[in-house]
Amino acid sequence: MRAEARSGSLMVAPYAVFLLVFAAYPIVFALVLVFLQWDLVTTPAFAGMDNVRLLANDGRFWRAVVNTFVFLSIHLPLQIATALALALALNRPLAFRSFWRAAFFLPVVISGAVVAILWSNLYATDVGLINGLLVRMGLNPVPWLTDPNTAMPAIAAMVTWKNVGFYVIIYLAGLQYIPRSCREAIEIEGATTWQRFRHLTLPMLLPQTILVVTLSTINGFQLFIEPYVMTGGGPLRRTYSIVLYLYTNAFAYQKMGYAATIGVALALIIGTVVFVQRRVIGKAEAL
Amino acid sequence: MKVLRRIALYGALTLAALTFIYPFLWMASATFKPLTEVGTIALFPDNPTLDNYRTMWARAPFGRALLNSIMVAGTITLSVLVFGSITAYAMARLRFRGRPLLNAVTMGVLLVPGQLTLIPMYTLIVQAGLIDSYAALILPYLFNATAILMMRQFFLQIPQSLIDSARMDGMGEMRILFSIFWPLSKPVLSIVAIFTFMGSWNEVLWPLLVVREQQLMTLPQLLTVFSLGGGAGSIGVSLASAMVLVIPVVIAYAVLQRHFIESMASSGVKG
Repeated sequence: MRAEARSGSLMVAPYAVFLLVFAAYPIVFALVLVFLQWDLVTTPAFAGMDNVRLLANDGRFWRAVVNTFVFLSIHLPLQIATALALALALNRPLAFRSFWRAAFFLPVVISGAVVAILWSNLYATDVGLINGLLVRMGLNPVPWLTDPNTAMPAIAAMVTWKNVGFYVIIYLAGLQYIPRSCREAIEIEGATTWQRFRHLTLPMLLPQTILVVTLSTINGFQLFIEPYVMTGGGPLRRTYSIVLYLYTNAFAYQKMGYAATIGVALALIIGTVVFVQRRVIGKAEAL
Repeated sequence: MKVLRRIALYGALTLAALTFIYPFLWMASATFKPLTEVGTIALFPDNPTLDNYRTMWARAPFGRALLNSIMVAGTITLSVLVFGSITAYAMARLRFRGRPLLNAVTMGVLLVPGQLTLIPMYTLIVQAGLIDSYAALILPYLFNATAILMMRQFFLQIPQSLIDSARMDGMGEMRILFSIFWPLSKPVLSIVAIFTFMGSWNEVLWPLLVVREQQLMTLPQLLTVFSLGGGAGSIGVSLASAMVLVIPVVIAYAVLQRHFIESMASSGVKG
């Protein structure tokens, strides 16, 4: 027994050290940095509540928060609708099912940097593929990424496209668990396809929907490479994301204290939003 | 009626599949087009050219970046598998002081958003003098809490009698892990290997912070810097450089498709 305890402690020792250095220390130091002013060159100076006060009144930060909510208000419904529709289609008896699934999943395995570069070309006003199609159909080209009103929706649509395959898999797993007897019972009652979807499928998939909402919300708050590559946060800062602002403060302005404050605020916002979403969806279920 | 519905279903599926595949096909074809043709929808260029690839290869160290990416993602994956499974084995099968705490902390770590620790990690790397080093890219990823929990869960299901009889034969814990547990754990090990490698292969924010030296950049970072900094100069060149990153992934995905989907879906990794 002694020997077992000794090998156990020895075997987890490297991981314990790793946790101290790369988890415990950064979490504690993030909270310390909130009260410091530090450019990484001079000695850190105590700044009291300066960073917090600055953040509370920083229009650029709150612009980024609003942008994220704009992004989510488009991305979440679109993501749920497309993932659900594709999952329902795949859940039927199909030829080449694994091919369809693999096709939908393809963008998930491709780097976000590649997808962003590819889509800035697809969205391009003059030579972009999408405007090329619009013009062929006799419509006017849309300046997707350079019009302040379309830039964020365009990015939201692209992110939906990139991640939908992932959520299709989640919904497909949920559909497997709907008991056959329930389907048969509701069919005998004479329910239409829509009624079956509304009163059986949708409620049974609630756990998956909660997961999709939570994961795509967290993902949405971490938006970075898309605006970084496609718009630089513009036009008129309408696509500036919180992480892009954090990165700019750390990397371009060398404000470590302020960047860390943004990180802490972001973590708090994510926690609050996910908590509220779960409460709201839980209540909706009770109705 | 039924036939019509089948046709509509397959029509919709084909349209959906094209939406996901066509942009990548267009991208691949655009890299072979001269500047005058890039804007066209056609998949087959009238005057195919390799100029975009020549320019890309000459202007930035993409060969080097490919090696860097393979080296960094490979080292991280190996570490997560080997050291991670050693940790997971002890956490699953050995009794020692602090084990419940370690389990709890590992689950807690999953709840902490990466943005919270990003800046302190960055200042740590700066102060350790590790900016512009492979260590900066690798060290923070040597262990992965998701991977440890998944392996631990799998190891819990392996019968105790196997361990007992191996100990009777005088095997040490390490040998039990690598010669008995590993062969039985191929499903979970391959899942962990794929999502760890893919996560590292596609990562771009952390490299952007800790690496400035072009020779040390991994593919996604070099691609981003090259395309944004105007080094590419044209769409064709910038997409050609993206192909270096995409081709290995697409080949691996075509071969291991089912494992990719299972692995990335179970871990929550999204490129």
